[in-house]
Amino acid sequence: MTTIEVISPGPLTTIQDLGRAGWAHIGVPRSGAADRESLRLANRLVGNAEGAAALETTVAGPQLRFGGAARLALTGAQVNARVGDRVVPMNTAVEIHEGEILKVGGAKVGLRTYIAFMGGIDVPLVLGSAATDTLTGLGPPALRRGDILTLFGGQAGPSRGVAAPPAMSTQPLLHVILGPRDDWFTADAISRLTAEPFTVTPASNRVGLRLDGFPLDRADTDELPSEGLVPGAIQVPAGGQPILLLADHPTTGGYPVIAVVVESDLPIAAQLRPGQRLRFTL
Amino acid sequence: MTDMFTIRAVGDHGVLLELKSNATVHAVAAAARERFGDQLVEVVPGHSTLLLVCQAGSVMPDFSQLATVTLTGSKGSTHADAGSPDASVISIPVRYDGDDLTVVARAVGVDRERVIELHCAARYTVAFMGFAPGFPYLVGLPRELELPRLEVPRLAVPAGSVAVAAGYCGIYPRSSPGGWNLLGHTDVTLFDPACDPPALLAPGDHVRFEPL
Repeated sequence: MTTIEVISPGPLTTIQDLGRAGWAHIGVPRSGAADRESLRLANRLVGNAEGAAALETTVAGPQLRFGGAARLALTGAQVNARVGDRVVPMNTAVEIHEGEILKVGGAKVGLRTYIAFMGGIDVPLVLGSAATDTLTGLGPPALRRGDILTLFGGQAGPSRGVAAPPAMSTQPLLHVILGPRDDWFTADAISRLTAEPFTVTPASNRVGLRLDGFPLDRADTDELPSEGLVPGAIQVPAGGQPILLLADHPTTGGYPVIAVVVESDLPIAAQLRPGQRLRFTL
Repeated sequence: MTDMFTIRAVGDHGVLLELKSNATVHAVAAAARERFGDQLVEVVPGHSTLLLVCQAGSVMPDFSQLATVTLTGSKGSTHADAGSPDASVISIPVRYDGDDLTVVARAVGVDRERVIELHCAARYTVAFMGFAPGFPYLVGLPRELELPRLEVPRLAVPAGSVAVAAGYCGIYPRSSPGGWNLLGHTDVTLFDPACDPPALLAPGDHVRFEPL
């Protein structure tokens, strides 16, 4: 049973798995890894089940001291990571020895790096998940200096599914499906949604990307009664600046959703940094 | 009933059913769970919509079958007289000591006792949930108590606060910012993830308030 001491946590490092699905009707967000594909890949690389609990970093990574041997893999946002004078490559399973210190630097491309450990992180589950939900506070708190993480023991399966992930684009194109409330917007807003670029603002987080761009005007200015929301939903408050919902989004809301990003492009959205531009396409 | 709802796409593995009434939402939700439960990741009632989310990458079932759902015999169907005894009504004890009770009474043009009387006489239904885990949006509020949200929301509303705004009554499961008019508070636990079920209330449930 290996333990890991958090020497420094990085700006925001949380424990994530694939989240707590099935509770949205009582107001519990799914949460879980913002970039689910990178979490899955990291877990496959160390031989875990795809949904094992791992770390999700934001902008920069933590420093961790290992109280025992471990196998880990880094995926997602590209970072410089070292163990002593050894470079830890991305998307590769690496063996760590007792007493060694992993230092994960700032992300060069992308926003969130996933660090999976063989066995997975052993934390109490809340509604079946180890995920930290930053909206509701469910799940374990974000990592703090001095925290001790415990890994599940036992031998995991072989490393697998090591196809290299696609390179992250600096100005990505996200595929959307119009609706469910595209009819609440002017024809001009619909065409601008896919014609104009949007910029990710610093107010973005795991709840959603707050975007800045040409305002998307409504044709219907009534209040929409609250309805269920999904990750990827592009909701538009009265000001016309859209919010692209991510993993910790509220379960219901009354801003009309003009379009929804397809599931396979959500990992791209989760890796966008403040200041980055993106485009939507049908 | 072929005109029972319209279906709108929600991304590549969800749909939003737009329904005629909140009672219909609960009836169709129950039917959706029964018929398609193993294919659905989430069944999320809204005020007059039902969101159905399937597994990513799966083929979505034909939800238009749900148009045959009738309101008889389903959970959300009962529109019994508010005065009739009903074992399925969840009773929530309230101490009417909310910071806005006097202001509400003045706005409504009655005294505080009459506000409490009006609030307790009604039978409510959990229309949908959200805002926070376990927070119910209750419909059934007497017309007199339909008030707008506060102009300046509070930074911290105490846990258990029973409040009204925007045509709904709500109960804050824990302390949070909030802009509703506070009538009182309850000591009942609305949400505890260690309990089964984790939330006291679920969409479609009926609720009554009892003054302490």
